[in-house]
Amino acid sequence: MQETVEKNDLLIAGETGDWEVIIGMEVHAQVTSNAKLFSGASTGFGAAPNSHVSLVDAAMPGMLPVINSECVAQAVRTGLGLKAQINLTSIFDRKNYFYPDLPQGYQISQYQQPIVGEGEVIVDLLDGTRVVVGIERLHLEQDAGKSLHDQHPKKSFVDLNRSGVALMEIVSKPDIRSSEQAKAYVSKLRTILRYLGTCDGNMEEGSLRADVNVSVRRPGDPLGTRAEIKNVNSIRFIGQAIEYEARRQIELLEEGGEVVQETRLFDAKTGETRSMRSKEEAHDYRYFPDPDLLPLELTQDWVDSLKSDLCELPDEKRERFIRDFGLSPYDASVLVAEKERADYFEAVADGRDGKLAVNWVNNELFGRLNKEGLGITDSPVSADQLGKLIDLIADDTISGKIAKDVFDILWTEGGDPAEIVETRGMKQVTDTGAIEAAVDEVIAANPDKVEQAKEKPQMIGWFVGQVMKATQGKASPQAVNALLKDKLGVEE
Amino acid sequence: MSELTNLTIAAARAGLDKKEFSAKELAEAHVSAIEAANDALNAYVLVTPDRALEMAAESDKRLAKGEGGALEGIPLGIKDLFCTEGVVTTACSKILEGFTPHYESTVTRNLWDAGAVMLGKLNNDEFAMGSSNETSAFGPVANPWRREGSDDKLVPGGSSGGSSAAVAANLCMGATGTDTGGSIRQPAALTGTVGLKPTYGRCSRWGIVAFASSLDQAGPFARTVEDTALLLNVMASHDPRDTTSVDAPVPDFTASLKDGVKGLTVGIPKEYRIDGLKPEIAKLWDQGVEWLKAAGATVKEVTLPHTKYALPSYYIVAPAEASSNLARYDGVRYGLRVDGDDVISMYENTREAGFGAEVKRRILIGTYVLSAGYYDAYYLKAQKVRTLIKRDFDQAFEDCDVILTPTTPGPAFAQGEISGDPLEMYLNDIFTVTVNMAGLPGISVPAGLSGEGTPLGLQLIGKPFDEATLLRAAQSIEDAAGPLKRPENWWTKAA
Repeated sequence: MQETVEKNDLLIAGETGDWEVIIGMEVHAQVTSNAKLFSGASTGFGAAPNSHVSLVDAAMPGMLPVINSECVAQAVRTGLGLKAQINLTSIFDRKNYFYPDLPQGYQISQYQQPIVGEGEVIVDLLDGTRVVVGIERLHLEQDAGKSLHDQHPKKSFVDLNRSGVALMEIVSKPDIRSSEQAKAYVSKLRTILRYLGTCDGNMEEGSLRADVNVSVRRPGDPLGTRAEIKNVNSIRFIGQAIEYEARRQIELLEEGGEVVQETRLFDAKTGETRSMRSKEEAHDYRYFPDPDLLPLELTQDWVDSLKSDLCELPDEKRERFIRDFGLSPYDASVLVAEKERADYFEAVADGRDGKLAVNWVNNELFGRLNKEGLGITDSPVSADQLGKLIDLIADDTISGKIAKDVFDILWTEGGDPAEIVETRGMKQVTDTGAIEAAVDEVIAANPDKVEQAKEKPQMIGWFVGQVMKATQGKASPQAVNALLKDKLGVEE
Repeated sequence: MSELTNLTIAAARAGLDKKEFSAKELAEAHVSAIEAANDALNAYVLVTPDRALEMAAESDKRLAKGEGGALEGIPLGIKDLFCTEGVVTTACSKILEGFTPHYESTVTRNLWDAGAVMLGKLNNDEFAMGSSNETSAFGPVANPWRREGSDDKLVPGGSSGGSSAAVAANLCMGATGTDTGGSIRQPAALTGTVGLKPTYGRCSRWGIVAFASSLDQAGPFARTVEDTALLLNVMASHDPRDTTSVDAPVPDFTASLKDGVKGLTVGIPKEYRIDGLKPEIAKLWDQGVEWLKAAGATVKEVTLPHTKYALPSYYIVAPAEASSNLARYDGVRYGLRVDGDDVISMYENTREAGFGAEVKRRILIGTYVLSAGYYDAYYLKAQKVRTLIKRDFDQAFEDCDVILTPTTPGPAFAQGEISGDPLEMYLNDIFTVTVNMAGLPGISVPAGLSGEGTPLGLQLIGKPFDEATLLRAAQSIEDAAGPLKRPENWWTKAA
C-alpha cells in the first residue's frame, strides 16, 4: 500500500531533547457468543446479578470446563481478520490467583501456546497516512466476575454473570508511537472485530478494554522500562492515559529519576495515572496446562472453511472502493470505518457515479447525522431515497442546489424524491427558450454590467446568479452558463 | 439377614429376579448391618437409610414389572468424593462442611439409572490425599481385618478406606472409589477386596471432587472379580461434560471373564523387585506367576526402566494439580467460612481451619513446584518423566498383554503406625502410581494372607481400554487362589 508510512519515528520534545514514546497494547475483546467459553450459561449483558451463572462458572466441586466451539471459531475468524497465523494446536493454561470474583481460584487462559500467532493491523491516521502495527498473538481466556464494593458498608458483593465469559486478548507488538496512533489502532481493531462479528466493540459495556504499555527512550536507544496502565475503557481515555504517562516518564527521566516497572491505573476524573502495584508485588501466577482440558486441536480444513466464509474486511473494501468507485483514499477510509456506512454507500453508489455518491454520503448525510447525533442506522433518509435523489441530479432534473432542498424535505418529511420534485415544482428548467428569455431580460436590464463583463470574464458569475434568481433556481446552471457566454461574447 | 449381606452382587441380582428376596429386604439387611458396625469401623460418614429404602421400593416395583436394570436393587456405598444430589458431600474435609450438591456425579447417576440403591457416603482421606484413611476430617476407618491374636486397629488403606472396609465387612455389596495414585487398589489389597482403577477417561470425572485432574479416575470395589466387572459395566461411560472422558465402546466386561488366560502373555517387570521387598510379598508375587502359568499363560520378564522416578514425579504432578484444584475452597461461595478483617484474612482463616495437615502439605508442595523459577526443574521435568513412564509401558505391552506386580509393599499397618512419617506413607503407592502416571487400567485381586494373617493383593496392569483382558486375568488369579478367608466379625455390636 503506497500510502503506508515506512518508518514510524514520531518524536516528542522534552526539556533536554527529543523522546520517542513506545506503546504496546493488550486489548481484551469479549467474544460475541451466546454461551460462555466453558459453560452453557448466557453471556447477556445487564441481567440481574448472578442470574447467568452455571455450576461451572461458580466453580462448584467436581465441575469441569467444556470448550464452546463457537468461541473457538470466533477467535479463529478474528485471527484470520488480523492476517495472522492460526495455530492448529493450542493449549489452555491455568493462571492461579485468589480473588473473590474468580471462583475457581484460577483463570483459564492460554499462556505459551495461543490459538493465534503473529499478524498485523493497518492503522489509518487522521492525516491520511497509515502505519502497520504488528500483532504478537491472540489468545482465548475467561473473564472474571465483578466485585461490588458499594452495596454494603462492610461487605463486598460478587456478581458472577461475567464469570467465564470468553475474551480474546489481542496483544500488539510495541509498534505504536503516539497517543493518536494508539487511539487509531484501537478504532481500527474495533472496526475489524465488528466487521467479523466476533466482538461488538462496546466499550461502555466493557466488551472492549485495553491495557496500555508505555515506555519512552531517546531515539536510537534500546527500549526503556515500561509501565502498564490497566483496563482503560474508552478510546479517549487511552489517548489521555498515554499523554499523561509519557509526559510523566519523560519528566522523571529528565530530572535524573528512573522509571520503575509497575502496573498503573488511569483515573478518568483527574486524567492521571497512578501506581497500583510494583513488579515486586506482582503475582506469581503459577501457570500450568489445565489438566481438565485436552490440547485444542483444529484441522486446516475447518480453518479454511471459516476463511472462505469470512466477509470482506475494511482494508479490502477500502481498496475496492478506491478502485471501483474512484474514491479518494480518505473518503474510502471514512466509509469503511463502519460497515453499515460502507453498506449504505454501496447501496447508494450501485449503478451510479461513485464520486457523486460519496459526496452526498460523506458530506451531506454524515454531516447531518453528526449534527443531530445519529448513527447511520438511524438515518431518516434511506440509501434508496438518496440514490433516487442523486439520479435526479445526474439526469439534470434538478441542480445540486435544489437537491439539497429535496434532501432536507426527505430528512424531515420523507417521501419519494421524484414525486417531491414534481409536486413542488422544483424541476430544473432545461427549456432553452425559457432560460434564454430570462438571460435576455437580465442582459437588457444591466447594460453597464455587460460592458464590464467584456473586460472581466469572471463577471459572468454575477449574471448566472441573477438568472438563477429569476428562475427560482430551477434553471440548469450549465445551460445558463452556455447562453450567457454566447450572448456576452465571453471566452473563459 | 447376614446371609443377604454376604451375597455377591451377581447372586443377589439373580435372587431378586427369582423373587427369593426383595430389594427392600436387601437394603434393610445392609442398613442394619451398618447401624451395628459403623461405630467400630467408621466406614460410613453418612448413612442414608430413608433414601436406601425409597430407592429399594422403586427397585421392587421395577423388578415386579420385569424392568429391573443391571444393578437393580443392589445396595452400594459411595465414596464421599462423589457429589450426590441432595446428600451432603464433603470429600471428608471440614472445608466442605455441610455442602449439599444440587447435582449428581455422572458415575453415581449411571449407577442409580441402572437401579442401584444408595446406602450412604463412605469415609476417605481428606480430598483423597492419604494411604490410610487417617487424614479424614471424620476420623480414621478401622480395617475389618486384625492381626492374628491382636486387637490393634489396622488401617483399611486409603484414600478409599471407607469403601474397602465397607465392602470387606459386608456393609455394602460394592462401592465406588477414586484412584489418583493407588487409592482404590491399595485399600483393596489391604482389606482382601477387589478394586479396579479403569483407564483414564473410561469413567467420567464430572461431579467428583477433584484431587489431581490428570490422574483421578473413578472405579469399583467388590468382593469378587465378576462383581467388579458388573459395576464397571455401569460406571463407565462417555460423558460430553468431561472432555477427558473417552468416547470408546463399553463392552460387557463379564463376557470374557471365564475365558481363562491361555494364550495371554503376562509381563513381570524386573524393576518392581525393589530393594528390601518383603519376602512374603516376593513369595506372593511368585505364587501369582505360578498360578497364571498353570492356567496356561506365558510369563515373560519385561522392563519398565523409569519406574524408580515414578513416585517422586507423582508427588510433584499430583500436588501441583491439587494446589490449583483446591483453590476454589476459599470461603466465598460455599462450605466453611471463617471471617477475618479483610478478604485475605478471611481466606487465611478459612483455609487454616478447613484443611487438615496433609492437604496443607500437598498444597504447599504443589504451590512450590509451580512457582516461577521452579516450574522447569520440578513440574516440567516430572511431566517429562511421565512421558517416559508411558513409553516404558507402551514398549512393555508390545511383548505382553497384562503385567503382574504386587499391589503394595506390605500388609495393612496399624492406625498411627506411620501416620507421622509422610514419606513412608507415600511409599505405599510405589507399585500403584506408575499406572496413574501412564493412565492405564489396574486391578488389585486378593491373593493370600500375610504372616500376620491379614490380606495381601496382586496387581494386574492392562493396556489402555483393555479392562476386559485385565478382568479376565484377575478372574484367573481369583480362581487359582480359591475361596479366601473372610475377616472375623468383631465389629458388630449386639442388637
